[in-house]
Amino acid sequence: MTAEETVVKALVEKFPCFAEKIRTQRERRLWADVPADQFEAVAHHLFEQMGFTMLCSITGLDEGATFGLLYHFGQPSGMMIGLKVSIPREKPEWKTFIGLFPGSELYEREIADLYGVRFEGLPAGLRYPLPDDWPDNEFPLRKDWKAKPAVAAAAPAAEVKS
Amino acid sequence: MSKITIPIGPQHPALKEPASFKITLNGEEIYSMDMRLGYNHRGIEKACEERSFIQGLYLIERICGICSHSHSTAYIQALEELAGLQVPKRGLYIRTLIAELERIHSHLLWLGVAAHEVGFDTLLMYTWRDRELVMDHLAEIGGNRVNYAVNTMGGVRRDLTPDEIAHILKDVDTLEERTKYYAQVATEETTLVARLSKIGYLSQTDAEFLGAVGPTARACGVDRDVRRDDPYAAYGDVQFKVCVDHHGDVYGRVLVRVGELMESYSIIRQLMKNMPDGPIAVKSPRRIAAGEVYSRYEAPRGEDCHYVKSNGTDKPERVKIRAPTLANWRAVRKMIEGNYLADAPIIIAAIDPCFSCTDRAIELVRPAGAETLTWGALRQHGIDWHRKQGLDFAELNKKLNTQLGRVK
Repeated sequence: MTAEETVVKALVEKFPCFAEKIRTQRERRLWADVPADQFEAVAHHLFEQMGFTMLCSITGLDEGATFGLLYHFGQPSGMMIGLKVSIPREKPEWKTFIGLFPGSELYEREIADLYGVRFEGLPAGLRYPLPDDWPDNEFPLRKDWKAKPAVAAAAPAAEVKS
Repeated sequence: MSKITIPIGPQHPALKEPASFKITLNGEEIYSMDMRLGYNHRGIEKACEERSFIQGLYLIERICGICSHSHSTAYIQALEELAGLQVPKRGLYIRTLIAELERIHSHLLWLGVAAHEVGFDTLLMYTWRDRELVMDHLAEIGGNRVNYAVNTMGGVRRDLTPDEIAHILKDVDTLEERTKYYAQVATEETTLVARLSKIGYLSQTDAEFLGAVGPTARACGVDRDVRRDDPYAAYGDVQFKVCVDHHGDVYGRVLVRVGELMESYSIIRQLMKNMPDGPIAVKSPRRIAAGEVYSRYEAPRGEDCHYVKSNGTDKPERVKIRAPTLANWRAVRKMIEGNYLADAPIIIAAIDPCFSCTDRAIELVRPAGAETLTWGALRQHGIDWHRKQGLDFAELNKKLNTQLGRVK
């Protein structure tokens, strides 16, 4: 059995909803969509039981009616699995994973700034990467976003006041 | 003692890139740090969505002034996988060669910056002088010191002549000899060892938990390297050691990078020895079939990840870039706690945050009009100019070697 098949088998055993749903693209690359209500359990299982201790990045995707959040989990051996969760566009809310992966803080802040997704549990902090005086409700990586004069006029980021 | 918070940046005398740090002090000791990043965010991901795949390549090469080849390779690998292109072996070997030359110039640059941050400017002058050997080769191959533009869809744009190969190998010998000397300095120069030891300590558990990458993680005993764990380009064909150290402090980060320099020389020799003949690129389509790819690359600063999604047109649906420095910031916040404020610059510099690097002008404007110089002529012009000011480096070198009893 290849390393990829071992991972797929272990995941399907624990989460039957994955049966036939995991796509093996090539050596060390797996992809799957995960239902929102199962995502947390899957992430914990990957981290705690299957050695996927790295969160390499989170990619935000504008899919029209939904936003996709694609989590790139990795094993130190080089195996990568991309797990996508879709959240509704009208209610772009998701939860933070900084408890499991503290490094995800900046990845989450980036998606919050660029897609307008709110991460429940992410403590208030300095924003990233847009300027402090960026107008509200302007999310540049959404596909329907166009730069407006208010954005163009935004001054460079102001100095952080302590 | 009451705590005070001081803001440093975004424009900072010691750091060459804008970032704003909010450091809370308990006396001289750093209690905590928060930071504001994003001053250099240029919206490249969005810009890529509005350009063709190949236009995006040139944009992506300009993300960073030091690891320009890292980003362009990570991106082009993703496109090639999406399009199902088989890059010829020689193309992969040249791509890997540039990658290792880039690692050498980046690590030498870092060694100089680190030495400068702790007041050891002699080492800065030495390493940056040696770095010029690599920069010259990069300029010779790609026509530019920073954005070499060597990659293209399906391979590389520049081939190597046997003369160039011989020339590179000769300089690799020189660099190896110099690096051995730096390794000796790094391990035997007591003031340097004392200055860097126990500064910015991060345990292996923390490094793994906080998601540190590259030499920062490897200096804490984390045995990870994308080149070995998830091989790409020609790394499957070469033998090399992943440099891991267990000091966990800035000193360990010096040892890892010096060790990686030695490995890079060995990789370059293997590539040159086994360089296959043949074409350097295959023809590529303008449109790329729909799909998504996750491409990883071991940049000098650590793992660089690019995600590319295609929708079947000639423009990408989404390009997502995660540069290594972004992964390391969380670890910096941890490793800086409990250190003295005076150590903040070297701790921040020790992850090697990406600095901007400028190109050199090669057009001289004189009263008589503009004159374009070749690379060799520009070098000679620099040497002559210094000689006229009374500084002859060749003479000085000779004198120094005589004094040290190293007459050649």
